[in-house]
Amino acid sequence: MSGYVRVLAGLVLVLASACATTNGDERDPLEGLNRGIYRFNETFDEYLATPVATVYRKALHAEIRGRVSNFFANIQDIFIGVNNLLQGKFEDGVNDWVRFAFNSTFGLFGLHDVASEWGYEKHNEDFGQTFGRWGAGPGPYLILPFLGSSTLRDGLGTAVDWTVQPVGEVRPIAARNTLYGLYFVNRRAELLEASRILEEAALDKYTFQREAYLQLRRNLIYDGRPPREKLE
Amino acid sequence: MKRTARLALMSFLFLATPVAAQDVAPDALVKTVTLEVVELIAKDKEIKAGSRAKLVEVIEAKVLPHFNFGAMTALAMGQHWGKSSPEQKKRLTEEFKTLLVRTYASALAAYSEQKFDFRPLRAKPADTDVTVYVRVLQPGAQPVTIDYSMEKTAAGWKVYDVMVGGVSLVANYRTEFSNTVRASGVDGLIRELQKKNRSLQEKK
Repeated sequence: MSGYVRVLAGLVLVLASACATTNGDERDPLEGLNRGIYRFNETFDEYLATPVATVYRKALHAEIRGRVSNFFANIQDIFIGVNNLLQGKFEDGVNDWVRFAFNSTFGLFGLHDVASEWGYEKHNEDFGQTFGRWGAGPGPYLILPFLGSSTLRDGLGTAVDWTVQPVGEVRPIAARNTLYGLYFVNRRAELLEASRILEEAALDKYTFQREAYLQLRRNLIYDGRPPREKLE
Repeated sequence: MKRTARLALMSFLFLATPVAAQDVAPDALVKTVTLEVVELIAKDKEIKAGSRAKLVEVIEAKVLPHFNFGAMTALAMGQHWGKSSPEQKKRLTEEFKTLLVRTYASALAAYSEQKFDFRPLRAKPADTDVTVYVRVLQPGAQPVTIDYSMEKTAAGWKVYDVMVGGVSLVANYRTEFSNTVRASGVDGLIRELQKKNRSLQEKK
Protein backbone atom coordinates (compact mmCIF):
# COMPACT_ATOMS: atom_id res chain seq x y z
CA MET A 1 0.00 0.00 0.00
CA SER A 2 2.81 2.44 0.74
CA GLY A 3 3.95 1.74 -2.81
CA TYR A 4 0.59 2.91 -4.04
CA VAL A 5 0.81 6.00 -1.84
CA ARG A 6 4.17 6.92 -3.37
CA VAL A 7 2.86 6.38 -6.89
CA LEU A 8 -0.25 8.36 -5.95
CA ALA A 9 1.69 11.31 -4.57
CA GLY A 10 3.89 11.31 -7.67
CA LEU A 11 0.89 11.06 -9.95
CA VAL A 12 -0.88 13.92 -8.22
CA LEU A 13 2.13 16.15 -8.79
CA VAL A 14 2.54 15.09 -12.41
CA LEU A 15 -1.14 15.61 -13.10
CA ALA A 16 -1.08 19.00 -11.50
CA SER A 17 1.87 20.20 -13.54
CA ALA A 18 0.59 18.70 -16.77
CA CYS A 19 -1.51 20.95 -18.89
CA ALA A 20 -4.23 18.89 -20.48
CA THR A 21 -7.17 20.01 -22.55
CA THR A 22 -9.78 22.08 -20.76
CA ASN A 23 -13.51 21.98 -21.17
CA GLY A 24 -14.01 25.45 -19.88
CA ASP A 25 -14.39 24.82 -16.16
CA GLU A 26 -11.58 26.56 -14.32
CA ARG A 27 -11.87 24.22 -11.33
CA ASP A 28 -11.24 21.22 -13.60
CA PRO A 29 -8.45 22.11 -16.02
CA LEU A 30 -7.52 18.42 -16.47
CA GLU A 31 -11.03 17.34 -17.41
CA GLY A 32 -9.94 15.39 -20.49
CA LEU A 33 -7.44 13.31 -18.56
CA ASN A 34 -9.79 13.01 -15.57
CA ARG A 35 -12.57 11.64 -17.73
CA GLY A 36 -10.19 9.00 -19.05
CA ILE A 37 -9.28 7.85 -15.55
CA TYR A 38 -12.96 8.07 -14.60
CA ARG A 39 -13.84 5.64 -17.40
CA PHE A 40 -11.10 3.29 -16.24
CA ASN A 41 -12.44 3.45 -12.67
CA GLU A 42 -15.98 2.85 -13.91
CA THR A 43 -14.91 -0.28 -15.75
CA PHE A 44 -12.97 -1.56 -12.75
CA ASP A 45 -15.96 -0.81 -10.55
CA GLU A 46 -18.50 -2.43 -12.83
CA TYR A 47 -16.61 -5.67 -13.39
CA LEU A 48 -14.86 -6.15 -10.07
CA ALA A 49 -15.57 -3.80 -7.16
CA THR A 50 -19.37 -3.69 -7.37
CA PRO A 51 -19.86 -7.45 -7.93
CA VAL A 52 -17.55 -8.27 -5.01
CA ALA A 53 -19.22 -5.69 -2.76
CA THR A 54 -22.65 -7.02 -3.73
CA VAL A 55 -21.71 -10.58 -2.84
CA TYR A 56 -20.19 -9.35 0.43
CA ARG A 57 -23.37 -7.45 1.22
CA LYS A 58 -25.53 -10.48 0.58
CA ALA A 59 -23.25 -12.86 2.46
CA LEU A 60 -22.96 -10.84 5.65
CA HIS A 61 -25.80 -9.58 7.81
CA ALA A 62 -26.10 -5.80 8.15
CA GLU A 63 -25.23 -6.15 11.83
CA ILE A 64 -21.86 -7.75 11.01
CA ARG A 65 -21.10 -5.24 8.27
CA GLY A 66 -21.83 -2.54 10.81
CA ARG A 67 -19.22 -4.04 13.13
CA VAL A 68 -16.66 -4.04 10.33
CA SER A 69 -17.40 -0.38 9.62
CA ASN A 70 -17.12 0.42 13.33
CA PHE A 71 -13.76 -1.37 13.58
CA PHE A 72 -12.16 0.75 10.85
CA ALA A 73 -13.97 3.90 11.96
CA ASN A 74 -12.47 3.42 15.42
CA ILE A 75 -8.91 3.19 14.09
CA GLN A 76 -9.51 6.33 12.06
CA ASP A 77 -10.53 8.25 15.18
CA ILE A 78 -6.86 8.46 16.23
CA PHE A 79 -5.90 10.63 13.26
CA ILE A 80 -9.26 12.38 13.18
CA GLY A 81 -8.21 13.59 16.64
CA VAL A 82 -4.75 14.56 15.40
CA ASN A 83 -6.29 16.55 12.56
CA ASN A 84 -8.67 18.32 14.89
CA LEU A 85 -5.74 19.33 17.08
CA LEU A 86 -3.79 20.49 14.01
CA GLN A 87 -6.78 22.66 13.16
CA GLY A 88 -6.81 24.13 16.65
CA LYS A 89 -9.99 22.37 17.70
CA PHE A 90 -8.73 21.12 21.01
CA GLU A 91 -12.05 19.96 22.45
CA ASP A 92 -12.98 18.04 19.33
CA GLY A 93 -9.57 16.36 19.24
CA VAL A 94 -9.89 15.22 22.84
CA ASN A 95 -13.42 14.01 22.08
CA ASP A 96 -12.02 11.84 19.26
CA TRP A 97 -9.37 10.30 21.49
CA VAL A 98 -11.88 9.64 24.24
CA ARG A 99 -13.97 7.91 21.58
CA PHE A 100 -10.98 5.77 20.61
CA ALA A 101 -10.26 4.91 24.24
CA PHE A 102 -13.86 3.95 25.06
CA ASN A 103 -14.56 2.09 21.85
CA SER A 104 -11.28 0.17 21.92
CA THR A 105 -11.98 -1.07 25.45
CA PHE A 106 -15.67 -1.06 26.34
CA GLY A 107 -16.53 -1.34 22.65
CA LEU A 108 -14.37 -4.46 22.20
CA PHE A 109 -11.62 -3.30 19.80
CA GLY A 110 -13.97 -0.80 18.24
CA LEU A 111 -16.59 -3.31 17.11
CA HIS A 112 -19.22 -1.39 19.07
CA ASP A 113 -19.54 2.37 18.94
CA VAL A 114 -20.40 2.85 22.61
CA ALA A 115 -18.91 6.35 22.61
CA SER A 116 -21.65 7.69 20.31
CA GLU A 117 -24.27 6.32 22.67
CA TRP A 118 -22.51 8.10 25.50
CA GLY A 119 -22.62 11.40 23.67
CA TYR A 120 -19.14 11.53 22.11
CA GLU A 121 -20.01 12.33 18.55
CA LYS A 122 -18.09 10.98 15.58
CA HIS A 123 -16.25 13.58 13.50
CA ASN A 124 -15.05 13.62 9.92
CA GLU A 125 -11.50 14.93 9.49
CA ASP A 126 -8.49 14.14 7.35
CA PHE A 127 -5.27 15.83 6.22
CA GLY A 128 -6.92 17.28 3.12
CA GLN A 129 -9.36 19.14 5.38
CA THR A 130 -6.53 20.27 7.65
CA PHE A 131 -4.62 21.72 4.67
CA GLY A 132 -7.86 23.44 3.68
CA ARG A 133 -8.29 24.83 7.16
CA TRP A 134 -4.74 26.15 7.00
CA GLY A 135 -5.71 28.10 3.94
CA ALA A 136 -4.83 25.80 1.02
CA GLY A 137 -7.31 26.05 -1.84
CA PRO A 138 -8.47 22.82 -3.49
CA GLY A 139 -6.31 23.25 -6.60
CA PRO A 140 -7.32 21.39 -9.75
CA TYR A 141 -9.96 18.68 -9.48
CA LEU A 142 -8.50 15.19 -9.95
CA ILE A 143 -9.81 11.70 -10.50
CA LEU A 144 -7.42 9.27 -8.83
CA PRO A 145 -7.09 5.72 -10.15
CA PHE A 146 -9.28 3.38 -8.05
CA LEU A 147 -9.99 6.07 -5.41
CA GLY A 148 -12.04 8.46 -7.52
CA SER A 149 -12.79 12.14 -6.84
CA SER A 150 -10.08 14.28 -5.33
CA THR A 151 -8.24 17.55 -5.78
CA LEU A 152 -4.56 18.41 -5.67
CA ARG A 153 -4.91 19.38 -2.00
CA ASP A 154 -7.04 16.39 -1.05
CA GLY A 155 -4.88 13.98 -3.06
CA LEU A 156 -1.80 15.05 -1.11
CA GLY A 157 -3.92 14.82 2.05
CA THR A 158 -4.90 11.26 1.15
CA ALA A 159 -1.25 10.37 0.62
CA VAL A 160 -0.47 11.60 4.15
CA ASP A 161 -3.56 9.83 5.58
CA TRP A 162 -2.38 6.53 4.13
CA THR A 163 1.23 7.03 5.19
CA VAL A 164 0.40 7.57 8.85
CA GLN A 165 -2.55 5.19 9.32
CA PRO A 166 -1.67 2.31 11.64
CA VAL A 167 -3.08 -0.67 9.70
CA GLY A 168 0.02 -0.53 7.50
CA GLU A 169 2.09 -1.66 10.52
CA VAL A 170 0.12 -4.88 10.94
CA ARG A 171 2.24 -8.02 10.44
CA PRO A 172 2.31 -10.62 8.97
CA ILE A 173 1.81 -8.97 5.61
CA ALA A 174 -0.98 -11.41 4.78
CA ALA A 175 -2.97 -10.18 7.79
CA ARG A 176 -2.37 -6.58 6.81
CA ASN A 177 -3.49 -7.23 3.24
CA THR A 178 -6.61 -9.03 4.47
CA LEU A 179 -7.50 -5.95 6.52
CA TYR A 180 -6.94 -3.69 3.53
CA GLY A 181 -9.10 -5.95 1.36
CA LEU A 182 -11.85 -6.03 3.97
CA TYR A 183 -11.69 -2.26 4.34
CA PHE A 184 -12.15 -1.58 0.64
CA VAL A 185 -14.84 -4.20 0.06
CA ASN A 186 -16.78 -3.01 3.10
CA ARG A 187 -16.38 0.62 2.05
CA ARG A 188 -17.62 -0.14 -1.46
CA ALA A 189 -20.58 -2.05 -0.02
CA GLU A 190 -21.46 0.98 2.12
CA LEU A 191 -21.54 3.11 -1.01
CA LEU A 192 -23.71 0.82 -3.16
CA GLU A 193 -26.86 2.82 -2.39
CA ALA A 194 -25.14 6.12 -2.99
CA SER A 195 -23.81 5.06 -6.37
CA ARG A 196 -27.26 3.83 -7.37
CA ILE A 197 -28.74 7.22 -6.48
CA LEU A 198 -25.96 8.98 -8.38
CA GLU A 199 -26.71 6.80 -11.39
CA GLU A 200 -30.36 7.81 -11.28
CA ALA A 201 -30.00 11.48 -10.44
CA ALA A 202 -27.26 12.55 -12.84
CA LEU A 203 -27.56 13.63 -16.44
CA ASP A 204 -23.78 13.33 -16.70
CA LYS A 205 -22.33 11.28 -13.86
CA TYR A 206 -18.86 12.76 -14.14
CA THR A 207 -20.10 16.34 -13.75
CA PHE A 208 -22.65 15.50 -11.07
CA GLN A 209 -20.06 13.66 -8.99
CA ARG A 210 -17.53 16.46 -9.37
CA GLU A 211 -20.00 19.12 -8.24
CA ALA A 212 -21.09 17.00 -5.28
CA TYR A 213 -17.51 16.23 -4.26
CA LEU A 214 -16.38 19.86 -4.37
CA GLN A 215 -19.42 21.01 -2.38
CA LEU A 216 -19.02 18.20 0.13
CA ARG A 217 -15.34 18.91 0.78
CA ARG A 218 -15.97 22.62 1.19
CA ASN A 219 -18.68 21.81 3.69
CA LEU A 220 -16.41 19.42 5.60
CA ILE A 221 -13.58 21.94 5.82
CA TYR A 222 -15.98 24.38 7.45
CA ASP A 223 -17.40 21.59 9.64
CA GLY A 224 -20.85 21.97 8.17
CA ARG A 225 -20.99 25.75 8.53
CA PRO A 226 -19.57 27.19 5.32
CA PRO A 227 -20.17 30.84 4.58
CA ARG A 228 -23.50 30.81 2.81
CA GLU A 229 -23.36 31.27 -0.94
CA LYS A 230 -26.64 32.67 -2.09
CA LEU A 231 -27.76 31.27 -5.43
CA GLU A 232 -29.06 33.95 -7.70
CA MET B 1 -39.16 25.00 27.13
CA LYS B 2 -42.06 27.23 26.19
CA ARG B 3 -40.89 27.09 22.62
CA THR B 4 -40.80 23.30 22.60
CA ALA B 5 -44.27 23.18 24.03
CA ARG B 6 -45.49 25.56 21.39
CA LEU B 7 -43.91 23.51 18.62
CA ALA B 8 -45.34 20.32 20.03
CA LEU B 9 -48.74 21.92 20.12
CA MET B 10 -48.35 23.12 16.56
CA SER B 11 -47.37 19.67 15.32
CA PHE B 12 -50.32 18.27 17.17
CA LEU B 13 -52.72 20.74 15.65
CA PHE B 14 -51.25 20.10 12.24
CA LEU B 15 -51.88 16.41 12.60
CA ALA B 16 -55.29 16.71 14.14
CA THR B 17 -57.00 19.38 12.10
CA PRO B 18 -56.44 20.87 8.66
CA VAL B 19 -54.78 24.04 9.86
CA ALA B 20 -54.22 26.64 7.17
CA ALA B 21 -50.78 25.84 5.76
CA GLN B 22 -49.43 29.38 6.09
CA ASP B 23 -49.79 29.24 9.87
CA VAL B 24 -47.38 26.33 10.33
CA ALA B 25 -43.81 27.24 11.23
CA PRO B 26 -41.24 25.90 8.73
CA ASP B 27 -39.40 23.68 11.21
CA ALA B 28 -42.66 22.22 12.50
CA LEU B 29 -43.70 21.53 8.94
CA VAL B 30 -40.47 19.67 8.10
CA LYS B 31 -40.72 17.59 11.24
CA THR B 32 -44.36 16.65 10.76
CA VAL B 33 -43.95 15.73 7.12
CA THR B 34 -40.72 13.78 7.71
CA LEU B 35 -42.14 11.72 10.54
CA GLU B 36 -45.37 11.14 8.68
CA VAL B 37 -43.63 9.88 5.55
CA VAL B 38 -41.21 7.69 7.49
CA GLU B 39 -44.07 6.13 9.38
CA LEU B 40 -46.02 5.51 6.19
CA ILE B 41 -43.02 3.80 4.62
CA ALA B 42 -42.40 1.64 7.66
CA LYS B 43 -46.02 0.46 7.62
CA ASP B 44 -46.64 0.03 3.92
CA LYS B 45 -46.26 -3.56 2.76
CA GLU B 46 -45.97 -2.70 -0.94
CA ILE B 47 -43.16 -0.22 -0.31
CA LYS B 48 -41.34 -2.65 1.94
CA ALA B 49 -41.59 -5.21 -0.85
CA GLY B 50 -39.78 -2.71 -3.05
CA SER B 51 -42.62 -1.03 -4.94
CA ARG B 52 -41.09 2.16 -6.32
CA ALA B 53 -44.41 3.23 -7.82
CA LYS B 54 -46.10 3.22 -4.42
CA LEU B 55 -43.21 5.15 -2.91
CA VAL B 56 -43.48 7.80 -5.63
CA GLU B 57 -47.20 7.97 -4.91
CA VAL B 58 -46.55 8.68 -1.21
CA ILE B 59 -44.01 11.36 -2.06
CA GLU B 60 -46.35 13.01 -4.53
CA ALA B 61 -49.16 13.10 -1.99
CA LYS B 62 -47.21 14.08 1.14
CA VAL B 63 -44.00 15.82 0.15
CA LEU B 64 -44.59 17.49 -3.21
CA PRO B 65 -47.09 20.09 -1.99
CA HIS B 66 -44.38 21.60 0.21
CA PHE B 67 -41.88 22.14 -2.61
CA ASN B 68 -41.69 25.09 -4.95
CA PHE B 69 -40.44 23.40 -8.11
CA GLY B 70 -40.72 26.57 -10.16
CA ALA B 71 -38.23 28.31 -7.87
CA MET B 72 -35.96 25.24 -7.80
CA THR B 73 -35.88 25.01 -11.58
CA ALA B 74 -35.28 28.74 -11.94
CA LEU B 75 -32.34 28.56 -9.51
CA ALA B 76 -30.88 25.49 -11.21
CA MET B 77 -31.15 27.20 -14.61
CA GLY B 78 -29.48 30.38 -13.34
CA GLN B 79 -28.86 32.87 -16.14
CA HIS B 80 -30.51 30.59 -18.71
CA TRP B 81 -33.91 30.86 -17.00
CA GLY B 82 -34.51 34.40 -18.19
CA LYS B 83 -33.81 33.38 -21.79
CA SER B 84 -36.33 30.54 -21.76
CA SER B 85 -39.85 30.93 -23.14
CA PRO B 86 -42.86 30.38 -20.83
CA GLU B 87 -43.54 27.06 -22.58
CA GLN B 88 -39.92 25.94 -22.06
CA LYS B 89 -40.07 26.98 -18.40
CA LYS B 90 -43.20 24.92 -17.91
CA ARG B 91 -41.71 21.81 -19.48
CA LEU B 92 -38.37 22.21 -17.69
CA THR B 93 -40.12 22.49 -14.34
CA GLU B 94 -42.26 19.43 -15.08
CA GLU B 95 -39.32 17.25 -16.14
CA PHE B 96 -37.07 18.43 -13.30
CA LYS B 97 -39.84 17.70 -10.83
CA THR B 98 -40.23 14.15 -12.15
CA LEU B 99 -36.48 13.56 -11.91
CA LEU B 100 -36.26 14.94 -8.36
CA VAL B 101 -39.20 12.86 -7.15
CA ARG B 102 -37.58 9.72 -8.52
CA THR B 103 -34.24 10.58 -6.97
CA TYR B 104 -35.95 11.30 -3.69
CA ALA B 105 -37.75 7.96 -3.85
CA SER B 106 -34.45 6.27 -4.47
CA ALA B 107 -32.93 7.91 -1.42
CA LEU B 108 -35.94 7.07 0.74
CA ALA B 109 -35.83 3.43 -0.35
CA ALA B 110 -32.41 3.25 1.31
CA TYR B 111 -33.88 4.47 4.60
CA SER B 112 -33.61 1.93 7.36
CA GLU B 113 -34.81 3.24 10.68
CA GLN B 114 -32.17 5.89 11.24
CA LYS B 115 -33.08 8.45 13.87
CA PHE B 116 -33.75 12.11 13.17
CA ASP B 117 -32.55 15.07 15.13
CA PHE B 118 -34.65 18.12 14.32
CA ARG B 119 -32.59 21.18 15.14
CA PRO B 120 -34.18 24.29 16.59
CA LEU B 121 -34.91 26.97 14.03
CA ARG B 122 -32.51 29.91 14.11
CA ALA B 123 -34.62 32.65 12.62
CA LYS B 124 -36.51 35.73 13.54
CA PRO B 125 -40.31 35.59 13.39
CA ALA B 126 -40.33 38.17 10.60
CA ASP B 127 -37.94 36.17 8.37
CA THR B 128 -39.35 34.95 5.08
CA ASP B 129 -36.32 32.90 3.98
CA VAL B 130 -35.00 30.33 6.45
CA THR B 131 -32.99 27.12 6.62
CA VAL B 132 -34.39 24.19 8.59
CA TYR B 133 -31.69 21.86 9.87
CA VAL B 134 -32.25 18.13 10.30
CA ARG B 135 -29.63 15.55 11.18
CA VAL B 136 -29.87 11.85 10.44
CA LEU B 137 -28.09 9.87 13.13
CA GLN B 138 -26.39 6.58 12.37
CA PRO B 139 -24.06 4.53 14.53
CA GLY B 140 -20.35 4.63 13.70
CA ALA B 141 -20.61 7.58 11.36
CA GLN B 142 -20.83 11.32 11.55
CA PRO B 143 -24.49 12.40 11.38
CA VAL B 144 -25.69 13.35 7.92
CA THR B 145 -27.19 16.80 7.74
CA ILE B 146 -30.24 17.60 5.63
CA ASP B 147 -30.86 21.32 5.33
CA TYR B 148 -34.04 22.64 3.75
CA SER B 149 -33.97 26.14 2.32
CA MET B 150 -37.49 27.45 2.65
CA GLU B 151 -39.31 30.53 1.57
CA LYS B 152 -42.56 31.93 2.90
CA THR B 153 -45.26 32.19 0.26
CA ALA B 154 -48.97 32.96 0.31
CA ALA B 155 -49.60 29.21 0.37
CA GLY B 156 -47.30 28.56 3.31
CA TRP B 157 -43.60 27.70 3.59
CA LYS B 158 -42.13 26.05 0.51
CA VAL B 159 -38.81 24.27 0.06
CA TYR B 160 -36.67 25.63 -2.80
CA ASP B 161 -33.42 23.74 -2.14
CA VAL B 162 -32.26 20.71 -0.20
CA MET B 163 -28.69 20.27 1.01
CA VAL B 164 -27.56 16.79 1.94
CA GLY B 165 -24.24 16.75 3.75
CA GLY B 166 -23.72 20.29 2.55
CA VAL B 167 -24.31 19.35 -1.07
CA SER B 168 -26.99 21.59 -2.54
CA LEU B 169 -29.17 19.77 -5.05
CA VAL B 170 -29.86 22.96 -6.94
CA ALA B 171 -26.19 23.94 -7.13
CA ASN B 172 -25.30 20.44 -8.25
CA TYR B 173 -27.72 20.52 -11.16
CA ARG B 174 -26.75 24.05 -12.10
CA THR B 175 -23.47 23.03 -13.76
CA GLU B 176 -25.07 20.08 -15.50
CA PHE B 177 -27.89 22.25 -16.83
CA SER B 178 -25.53 25.00 -17.88
CA ASN B 179 -23.23 22.56 -19.76
CA THR B 180 -26.19 21.03 -21.59
CA VAL B 181 -27.76 24.37 -22.48
CA ARG B 182 -24.44 25.62 -23.83
CA ALA B 183 -24.02 22.49 -25.94
CA SER B 184 -27.57 22.01 -27.24
CA GLY B 185 -29.79 24.84 -26.05
CA VAL B 186 -32.75 24.89 -23.69
CA ASP B 187 -34.68 22.45 -25.89
CA GLY B 188 -31.67 20.14 -25.78
CA LEU B 189 -31.82 20.17 -21.99
CA ILE B 190 -35.55 19.42 -22.03
CA ARG B 191 -34.86 16.44 -24.33
CA GLU B 192 -32.04 15.24 -22.03
CA LEU B 193 -34.34 15.39 -18.99
CA GLN B 194 -37.12 13.58 -20.85
CA LYS B 195 -34.69 10.88 -21.96
CA LYS B 196 -33.42 10.50 -18.41
CA ASN B 197 -36.93 10.25 -16.95
CA ARG B 198 -38.00 7.74 -19.57
CA SER B 199 -35.01 5.48 -18.86
CA LEU B 200 -35.79 5.60 -15.14
CA GLN B 201 -39.42 4.83 -15.83
CA GLU B 202 -38.47 1.74 -17.83
CA LYS B 203 -35.93 0.57 -15.30
CA LYS B 204 -37.93 0.58 -12.10
